Amino acid sequence: MGLGRYLLTRVLLVVPTLFGVTVVTFVLTYLLPGNPALVKAGPLATPEHIQEMERRMGLDQPVPVQYWRYLSALLRGDFGESATTGRPVLEDFRQRVPATLELTLASLLIAVALGIPLGVIAAVRRDGPVDHLSRLVGVGGVAMPTFWTGLLAIYVVFYHLGLAPPPLGRLSPGVTAPPTVTGLYTLDALLAGNLVAFRSALHQLLLPALTLGFSVMAPVTRMVRATMLEILESDYIKAAWAAGLPRRAIVYGDALRNCLIPVVTLLGVVFGFLMAGNVVVEIVFAWPGIGNYAVTSLLTKDAAPIQGFVLFVAVVYVAINFTVDLVYGLIDPRVRLR
Amino acid sequence: MASSTLESVSAEALAGVPRRPGARLWRRARRNGLSFAALVAIVVIALLAVLAPWVAPYDPDATDAQAVLERPSVRHWLGTDIFGRDQLSRIIWAGRLDLLVALSATAMALTAGAVLGALAGYRGGLVDQFVMRLVDTIMAFPAFILAMGITAAAGNSTVNVVVAIAVTHVPIYTRLIRGEMLRVREMEYAEAARTVGNPQRRIIFYHLLPNCVPPVIVQATLAMGFAILTVAALSFIGLGIQPPQSEWGAMTAEGASYIVSGEWWIFLFPGLAIMVTVLAFNLVGDTLRDVLDPRMRGLA
Repeated sequence: MGLGRYLLTRVLLVVPTLFGVTVVTFVLTYLLPGNPALVKAGPLATPEHIQEMERRMGLDQPVPVQYWRYLSALLRGDFGESATTGRPVLEDFRQRVPATLELTLASLLIAVALGIPLGVIAAVRRDGPVDHLSRLVGVGGVAMPTFWTGLLAIYVVFYHLGLAPPPLGRLSPGVTAPPTVTGLYTLDALLAGNLVAFRSALHQLLLPALTLGFSVMAPVTRMVRATMLEILESDYIKAAWAAGLPRRAIVYGDALRNCLIPVVTLLGVVFGFLMAGNVVVEIVFAWPGIGNYAVTSLLTKDAAPIQGFVLFVAVVYVAINFTVDLVYGLIDPRVRLR
Repeated sequence: MASSTLESVSAEALAGVPRRPGARLWRRARRNGLSFAALVAIVVIALLAVLAPWVAPYDPDATDAQAVLERPSVRHWLGTDIFGRDQLSRIIWAGRLDLLVALSATAMALTAGAVLGALAGYRGGLVDQFVMRLVDTIMAFPAFILAMGITAAAGNSTVNVVVAIAVTHVPIYTRLIRGEMLRVREMEYAEAARTVGNPQRRIIFYHLLPNCVPPVIVQATLAMGFAILTVAALSFIGLGIQPPQSEWGAMTAEGASYIVSGEWWIFLFPGLAIMVTVLAFNLVGDTLRDVLDPRMRGLA
């Protein structure tokens, strides 16, 4: 299959998936128990008032029509309105996405920077001490609930050792946020040359990022180790040994480079883990991101932000998997044949 | 010639696998201390859950104004919470609920996945297309986020949590069984079953499906751990199982408020219970995989 056709099939496969995603969020929003008109009209509304509200909200229309209205609203960027903040959901998102992004990126960095070397060394020195450590991380890290790891970190690092600031958001009280450029406080503070804000932002970020990073590191380590083991067993590595190439060149040249290609595909899986962990970590550390926003909306039974959040995450997830597929197809032509 | 020998060998090996996996698991577990401990842990946790009314030292909901926020002691092994409720008893009862939810969700997902996967794999064509698009759609959501959305929309109840988790687990089994079905439908015994005129439903569910089981057992064991983590996380953020029902995630959430005043036992022990249980399921799942699929031994 040529590159052009490969791209085209990939794009064509994403369309039905995105369509399915909107159908699911639509079903979640509209067809399940609870009448949004009733909620909007308030507890004192008369039946006529409710009927009027249903008509205005289009709830008396047939389901396909309702879905079409939902979809066209989405395409216009209308995710509905939050009953709690009284603002469009998209607006609220725009304010909170940078916080989530900063936390997610920092965690990803930690997970990759620690997880990949750990997995590689574990595979190369199989059954050595590092391998045992990697198995401990791989098995233990997956079994520990992220919210609990976070609380444990707070208890030890903040309460006992006093090394971390109180787990309350992105900046210590009294520190003003740097002017927005990227929305990531650490980066913006550096750009503005504001070292006080930078230190504070970094300090606040460290514990939640380590918590989330640890939860994601486990699958990364496991998968890197498994891939690396498989590659070390392959014929071309055996051939390299037989040819008498130095160990360093084989392990860190041939094997590692070939191992990193499958690892790229892990990004999709890793993102799934990150988003799930993100929600609870944001709650535990009072981090003002979209996960926190969604959960706060859950507790006040505010439907639009939750459905918006589920949709948003799914679309990003699909986009990431799509990109990973594309990149994989570009760097490994064999994939295109499948 | 060589290839037919290979095929008959692998067919024999596969046919031999499901016969006594229990015995093989036991033999392997006895040799490996960690697997053995995990197996014992699951048995103990399951027994505690089943026998909760008899083994829990206190009524899990009984408050005691004289014993508020007590540290772990001889009277209350794992301490008490703000209402003076015995933590150990609550953790035992919570285990009963968490295991029941995880088990029901796994069973539900497994049944749905088996039917969908078997039909898709055996029939192919449009049925396959439809099932796989459905599965793709579910997999377009990160599992926990979808479970969150479903529970939020359907309302907080134990049954809804079960359904939400089951829905997110269906794709795993559907894909697995579809793949196995594609393999076994070409086998000679499948051909034989067709030749003697069995109806299709009987071929699929009676002759072929049982031969797809081994990898599914591994997956289901690993998924149990994942399901427990999901129930706990949903309850932690305030969805799903509601107080005063004791549930591990919800108990951890209650304990979070007491960290800054140093009452560590309230958040620590429920989380520990989750970890030990999930760890046990994962280790047994890994051991089962080694037993049932020797190619994976030591790799993952």
